[in-house]
Amino acid sequence: MSDSTAETIPAQDRPSRPVKLRLPWGLLLGLATIGGLIAIWALASALGWASPVFLPSPARVWAALNRVAFEGYANATLLAHMGASLWRVFAALFFTMLVGVPVGLIIATSRIGRGILDPLVEFIRPLPPLAYLPLIIIWCGIGEGSKVLVISIAMLAPIVISTVSGVKAANENQIRAARTFGATRAQLIREVMLPAALPSIFTGMRIALGAGWTTLVASELVAATRGLGYMIQSAAQFLVTDMVIAGILVISALATASEILLRWLERRFLPWIGKS
Amino acid sequence: MSVLSLSHVSLSYGQPSGTAALPVLKDVTLSLSRGDFVSVIGRSGSGKTSLMNLAAGFLRPTAGQVSIDGRPVTGPGPDRAVVFQDDALFPWRSVVDNVALPLKLAGKPRAEREATARHWLQAVDLAGQEGKHIWQLSGGQRQRVGIARALASGPDFLLMDEPLGALDAMTRDRMHELLLKLWDESHTGALLITHSVEEALFLSTSVVVLAPGPGRISFQEDYDYGRRFIRGEDPRALKSEPGFIAARERLLAAIYEKEAA
Ligand SMILES: Nc1ncnc2c1ncn2[C@@H]1O[C@H](COP(=O)(O)OP(=O)(O)OP(=O)(O)O)[C@@H](O)[C@H]1O
Ligand SMILES: [Mg+2]
Repeated sequence: MSDSTAETIPAQDRPSRPVKLRLPWGLLLGLATIGGLIAIWALASALGWASPVFLPSPARVWAALNRVAFEGYANATLLAHMGASLWRVFAALFFTMLVGVPVGLIIATSRIGRGILDPLVEFIRPLPPLAYLPLIIIWCGIGEGSKVLVISIAMLAPIVISTVSGVKAANENQIRAARTFGATRAQLIREVMLPAALPSIFTGMRIALGAGWTTLVASELVAATRGLGYMIQSAAQFLVTDMVIAGILVISALATASEILLRWLERRFLPWIGKS
Repeated sequence: MSVLSLSHVSLSYGQPSGTAALPVLKDVTLSLSRGDFVSVIGRSGSGKTSLMNLAAGFLRPTAGQVSIDGRPVTGPGPDRAVVFQDDALFPWRSVVDNVALPLKLAGKPRAEREATARHWLQAVDLAGQEGKHIWQLSGGQRQRVGIARALASGPDFLLMDEPLGALDAMTRDRMHELLLKLWDESHTGALLITHSVEEALFLSTSVVVLAPGPGRISFQEDYDYGRRFIRGEDPRALKSEPGFIAARERLLAAIYEKEAA
C-alpha cells in the first residue's frame, strides 16, 4: 500500500502546462535581480561611490568569507559559528513546537483553555526581543538555555496562532463524520483536527523560523563565544564591514536553505495541500 | 428491529442578536425502520438538512423528540452513519485508511480494519483504488468512498444528505443501482435527502415531501420500485411505467403546491 502511494506522488508533482511555462521565468527573474544587485554593488565600490568601510567590494566580502571559513574569525571558524547558530534556532523551533502546538490545540478546542492561554500569547506576541532579553538573562543566566529561550519566545506566537487557525479551518463535516463514528475528544483532536491543522502549522513554522533568524543576533548579544550573530557583532565593534556583510549573507543563505527544506518536507509529507 | 423516530419535532435556530427565533421545522413526525428507504424531498430552504442533522444528533430539537427504539438521541453515534454532500473525507489518509477510520476509532485490530475496509471498497466498485490519495479520485468515486466509510462502521441507519448532488446524470443512474444494492446487503434503514423526484421515487420505500416555511410534512407515499429493481426488474422499464410517471406528477404537484395559510 505504501509502495503505490510513493509511486503516485511524483506524477502529482509534475506541474501542469501553465506552471511549466512560468516556473523558469520566476527563477530567472530572481537570479537576474540578485545578479543585478551584485553588479551595482561591485560598480559602486569600484567607482568609489562609498568608502570601503561603508561598502566593501564583493571581492573583499568574498575574501572575508574565505578568511572566516578557513582561518576563523572571533575565536572560531565559520562552520563552528554556523553550527552554534543553527543549533540554537532549530532547538528553539523544536521546543516551541513542543509547547506551541499543544497550546494552540487547547486554545482552539477548549473555551476555558482559550480564556487562560489566549491573553498570555497575545501578551508575548508583540514583545521585542531586545526588551525581554535582559529579563531572561536575570532570570535564567547567560547559558545556552537563555539564548534558545529568547529565540523560542519570538517563535511562540506564530506557532500557536497558526495551530489555532489551522484547527478552525477543519471542515465542520469532517469533524461531524468523526463524531458519528463515536470519536472521543482525544481521537477527534488526533485524527481530524491536528492533521487538518498541519498545513497551517507548517506555514507557522516557516514564519517562526523567520522570526528565529531575526532574533538570533539579539540572543547572541550577551556572553556568546560562537554564533553568526556573535561573529557579526565582534566584526562590527572593529568596523570590519566586510565580515559583517559576510555574516549577513551567511544568515540569509541559511534562512533560505531552511525555507527550502520546509517546503520540501511539506511536499513530501503533506501532499494533499491545495488539493480537493 | 431498530426504529429511528422523530415525533412532533420542531426546530428553531437561535438568532445571534437574540431576536425572535426562526422556526425551521414544525411538528414533523417520521419513522425509519431498518429495511426502510425513506427519501425526503422539498424545495431549497425547506429544512431537509436540518431534519437530517436532527436525526444524526448534530442538532437537538426545540420541541418533540428524536429517539431510537424509544431511547432519546442525545448526540451522534456509531449506530447512525452519515454521508455528506461534500464527501467530508480525510485527504491526509489513503482511500482504504479513510474507510477503515470508523473501525480504528472503535478500537478494532488492524487486520480486521483492513479486511472490512477492503470489503466495502469492493462493494462500491473501488477495488484496486485502496492505496490512492483522495484527491486522485473523481467526484463519483469520492462519494462512493464516503458511502463505503459510512457502511464500514456497521450502522443501523444510513443518513445521506444529497450525496449525489454533484454528480452527472449518468453517474447518478449507476449510483442509484449501487445504493439499492448496498442498502439491501447492509440491512440498514436509509434516509436520503434529495432534490430529485425521480431519484426519490426509484430508490425509496417511502417518499416524504417537506413544505417550506416552517418545514412540515405535506405529503407522504410508499413505493416499491427499488425493491422491484433488487428482485431483478429492469430499471428503465420501471421508470417508464405509467404508475411511476403518475407518482412523479403527484410528487411534483405536492412540492410546488401553494403554501397553505
Ligand atoms: N445554522 C443555521 N442558523 C440559522 N438558520 C439556519 C441554519 N441552518 C439553516 N438555517 C435556515 O433554516 C432553513 C432550512 O435550512 P436547511 O439547510 O435545513 O434547508 P434545506 O432544505 O437543506 O435546503 P437545501 O435544499 O438548499 O440544502 C433555511 O431557511 C436556512 O436559512
Ligand atoms: Mg440542505
